[in-house]
Amino acid sequence: MTTFELNGRTVTVESPDDTPLLWVIRDELSLTGTKFGCGIGFCGACTVHVEGRATRSCITRVGAVAEAKITTIEGLDPHGKHPLQTAWLDLQVPQCGYCQPGQIMQAATLLKDFPNPTDRDIDAVMAGSVCRCMTYVRIRKAIKLAAARMRGEAQ
Amino acid sequence: MNSGMSPHGFRAPYDASRRGFLITLVGAGVMLGYARSGLAAAELLAKDAKAPLSPNELFEPTIWYGIDTNGVVTINIIRAEMGQHVGTALARIVADELEADWSKVKIVTVDSDPKWGLMITGGSWSVWQSFPVLSRSGAAGRIALIEEGAKLLGVSPEICAARNGAIHAGERSILYGDIVARGDLRRRFTNEDLDKIPIKTPAKRRFIGKGAVALDVPSKVSGSGLYGIDASVEGMIYARPKIPPTRHDSKVISIDDSAARHMPGYIKSVPLDDPSGTVPGWVMVYADSFTAANRAADLVKVQWQPGPSAKVSERDLQQRAADLIADPNGGSLLVDDPGVDAVFASAKRKIERTYTTATAMHFALEPINALAFEKSGIFEIHTGNQWQSAILPVLAKALGRNQDKIVMRSYLLGGAFGRRLYGDYAVGAALAAKTVGTPVKMICTRSDDMRFDCPRSASMQTLRLAWGYDHRVAAMDHHAAAGWPSATIAPKFQRKDGNGNLYDPFAIQGADHWYTVGAQRVRALHNDLVDRTFQSGYLRSVGAGWTSWAVESFMDEAAHEAGLDPLKFRLGLLDGTGRNAGSSPNSVGGARRQAAVLTRCAEKAGWGSAMPKDVGLGIASTFGQERGMPTWIACVARVRVNRANGYIAVEKLTLVIDCGIVIHPDSAEAQVEGAALWGLSLTLYEGTEFVKGQPKDTNLDSYQVLRMGGVPEIEIEFLPSAEVPVGLGEPAMTPVAPAIANAVFAATGARVRDLPIRPQAVLQALARES
Repeated sequence: MTTFELNGRTVTVESPDDTPLLWVIRDELSLTGTKFGCGIGFCGACTVHVEGRATRSCITRVGAVAEAKITTIEGLDPHGKHPLQTAWLDLQVPQCGYCQPGQIMQAATLLKDFPNPTDRDIDAVMAGSVCRCMTYVRIRKAIKLAAARMRGEAQ
Repeated sequence: MNSGMSPHGFRAPYDASRRGFLITLVGAGVMLGYARSGLAAAELLAKDAKAPLSPNELFEPTIWYGIDTNGVVTINIIRAEMGQHVGTALARIVADELEADWSKVKIVTVDSDPKWGLMITGGSWSVWQSFPVLSRSGAAGRIALIEEGAKLLGVSPEICAARNGAIHAGERSILYGDIVARGDLRRRFTNEDLDKIPIKTPAKRRFIGKGAVALDVPSKVSGSGLYGIDASVEGMIYARPKIPPTRHDSKVISIDDSAARHMPGYIKSVPLDDPSGTVPGWVMVYADSFTAANRAADLVKVQWQPGPSAKVSERDLQQRAADLIADPNGGSLLVDDPGVDAVFASAKRKIERTYTTATAMHFALEPINALAFEKSGIFEIHTGNQWQSAILPVLAKALGRNQDKIVMRSYLLGGAFGRRLYGDYAVGAALAAKTVGTPVKMICTRSDDMRFDCPRSASMQTLRLAWGYDHRVAAMDHHAAAGWPSATIAPKFQRKDGNGNLYDPFAIQGADHWYTVGAQRVRALHNDLVDRTFQSGYLRSVGAGWTSWAVESFMDEAAHEAGLDPLKFRLGLLDGTGRNAGSSPNSVGGARRQAAVLTRCAEKAGWGSAMPKDVGLGIASTFGQERGMPTWIACVARVRVNRANGYIAVEKLTLVIDCGIVIHPDSAEAQVEGAALWGLSLTLYEGTEFVKGQPKDTNLDSYQVLRMGGVPEIEIEFLPSAEVPVGLGEPAMTPVAPAIANAVFAATGARVRDLPIRPQAVLQALARES
C-alpha cells in the first residue's frame, strides 16, 4: 500500500511497492493519458511530474513516491487549458498523439526552468522525448508560443 | 493499375460503397470509435445496446453518413486515425458537397463490418480512394435535401440553394434537421444517377483547401484519447508473450515456470495453438496485472526448437541479394523494353553502381497490443489496426470460426507507419483469450514489439546506364532485391509481369520512374532468405523508400560523371514523352509535373549558389510511390559535413510538392513535415541488422531515432493544382535520403551508397576520395 497525491487528490494504492508508477496510474487508477513506450526511460511517453519535476514513470517504483505530489496530463490544468495545451491546439501539433502527453509534461518543466527558452534549451531538455510522427518542428514552435504567452508577450 | 486489385483504383471502392447507396432510412447502426473517449469497453457495449434510431430520427442517404433531427451530420470513417487527421479530411469532402454546417459535423471511426467494403489505411490511398465516392455521396444528400426542403417550403426546387446546413429560398429557409424530422426522404439514386452527379468546381468549394481544427487533435492534447493500449473490459486478465527465437518455424519443446510460480498475480503460461501459423512458437504468460505478466515472462523459461533462420544474419541476407542480382535469370520484369542488352553491348561508356539499405524497424511508439474476448457468440478484438480486411480471414482460421463472428473495434493508433497493416498481433491476443476463455489484454514490451516487428527489408540494388551520343541516355537497367511483404501478408496484391511472373509491387515501385532513358529494364527480385528469416513488412513509403534512394543517387552520379549539372540532367530526362506523358485522371501532365516541382524546389533552395567549405546542396525528385497515383515531389538538402569525424549535420530541407487538390492544408503540411523527417531519420539514424535470426537492436538504448536536436529547418511549398488529389502520407520520405547523400557529395566529393549513412562510412568515403 502506497499513499500519494495524484492531481490534487490523495490516493492509496494496493499495487506492490516495486510496481512502476506508470502501471499504477494506468491500470489501478485508470488514468490512461500517460503512455507506455519503451519501458526503459528513453522515450518520454510516460513522463509525469513528481513534486513538479518531469519524471519517467515507467522506471519509477510506486514505493519511491510515497507522500509525493504527482501530476499527470489529466491534472496539468483543471480545464485542460495549460498554455502549452492551448498552444498545442492552436498549432495543431499532434499527429498520432501518443507521445504528446509526455511531450507536454516535459515542456511544462522546461518552461518553469527557462521562461524564455532558446533553441538550444529546447534541444537539450526535449532530447529525451521521442516523437515517431516527427512533430518536432511544431513542438518547438508551440513551446515558444506558450512561453511568449506566459510572459505576456503574445496572444 | 491492375483493375483486379480493388484498393488501387477508384472503381472497386466506389462500387463497394454504392451497394448501399439508396435513400433509405435505416437504423443508426453501431457507432463505436474514439468518439467514446473515457469510456471503457464494457460501458460502451451497454451503450450500444440502445435501440437504433427510427426512420424519422435519422436521414442516412448513404452508408457514409447520417443526419439526425438536430442537423448533426455523423460521418463514418473507415480509415484508421494514426496521425494523418484522415477523419477530418474525409469529413470535409462530404461536408463540402453536402453544404453542411461544419460545427455540426462529427466523425466516427467504425468497426469492421463487411458493408464497408475494403478496410485499409495505407499506401497514402485514403483521400485518393475516398474523394470520388464521398464527394458524390455528399452531393446526393444535398440534392435530396433540396427537393424535400423545397416541398416543405412550398416552393420550386430550382429556386432553392443549400448552404450551411439549411435550404434557402429567398428570405425563407429550413434547417437540415427539420427536413429530416418533417420530410419524406425516400429518393433513390441508381449507380447511373450517382455517376452523373457533378462535383463542385474548385472555386465553389467551402471546406476543401481551407483550414480547420482537426477533429482528433483536442483529445490528444488533453490526454483523453483512447488508443488500443487503453482498451479495457471487466474481468480481463493480462498477458505478455514469450517471443520465440525465430519468427518462423519455432516449436515449443518445454516450458519451465517454476521461477514465476511464487510471484503474486502470476496465473500460468500456455503455448498457443495457432492453425493460421501466424504466431508459431508463442507462449502466453498470464497474470492479473501487466506488471506481473511482464515480470513473470522474464522468469518463465521456454525451450524451443528454433527454425532454420536461427543461423541467418544480415550479411547472409545481403549475400543472397547479391547472388540474385548476379544471376541474369530469375525475377520479374516490371519494365522490359526490347534492346536493352544490345545497347549496353554496343555502348562505349557505361556506369554501374550498387546501393543498399539496412533492415529498419517501425518502432511505433505504442507497442503492439490488443484486447480480445468473446461476447454473445462474437469474438471482439479491440485494437488499433490499418488493414482489418486482410487480417479478418486469418483471425477466422486461427480461431476456427467464421468471419461474421469476429469484429475488430477501432481505436486511435499510437503510430503505425505500416506496422499495423499486418494484424498478426491481433491473432496472438485472440488466441490468448480463446485459450483461457476469459477476456485477455495482451501487451508486448518494447523488445517483444521489436522482435516481432515486420521490418523494412534490407535491400540491394544495382543500376546500370549506357550513354549514347552527346550525353544522351541510351539505356538504363535496374535490379532490386528485397523481401516481398505482400507475398505473405497479401498475396492478392502481387502482380504479374509480361511473362506471368509474380512480383510484389510494393517492393519495387519507384524503380519504374518517369525519366525518359531509352531502352529500360526494371527487374524485381524476391530475396527469399529475408522472408524465411523474418516477416518483411510495409514501412512508410515501402519499396519507394529504397528504390528512390538508388534511382536518385544514381541520377546524381551519372550527371556528375558526364560533367552535367544534376538538376539540368534530370530536367532533360523529364520530357513527358511516350509512357511518361501521363494520363487522365491520376497522372495528367506526367513527367512535366515532376520537372515543375524540381524547377521550383531548386529555385527556392538557391540551387547553384556558392556554399561555404564542406557545405553542399543535394537535389532529388520522385513521384512518391506509384505510377498510377503519382505525388510529384522534389527535395533539396543542405548539409554540413565534419571531415574530422564524419558527422553529417542536415541544416535545411526544402520540399516542393504537387499532390493535386490539397484537401486539408494544415494536415497536408504536417504529413510532409513528418514524412520528410522520417526520411531523415532513416538516412542518418535508423537501421539494424539481423544477428542469428533476430534484430540486433530491440530498444532505444541502441536503436537510434531522430530526436529534437537533429531536426533541420524545413521549408515546404505545395504547387497550386486542380488535379485529382493523390497521396501525402508517405511520398515526402522518398527524396530525402538521396538528397542528403547527394549533398554530402556536393560538400566533399565523397559518395555514400549505403543506408543508414553512419559517420564511419563518411570517413571511409572521404578516405577513398583523397
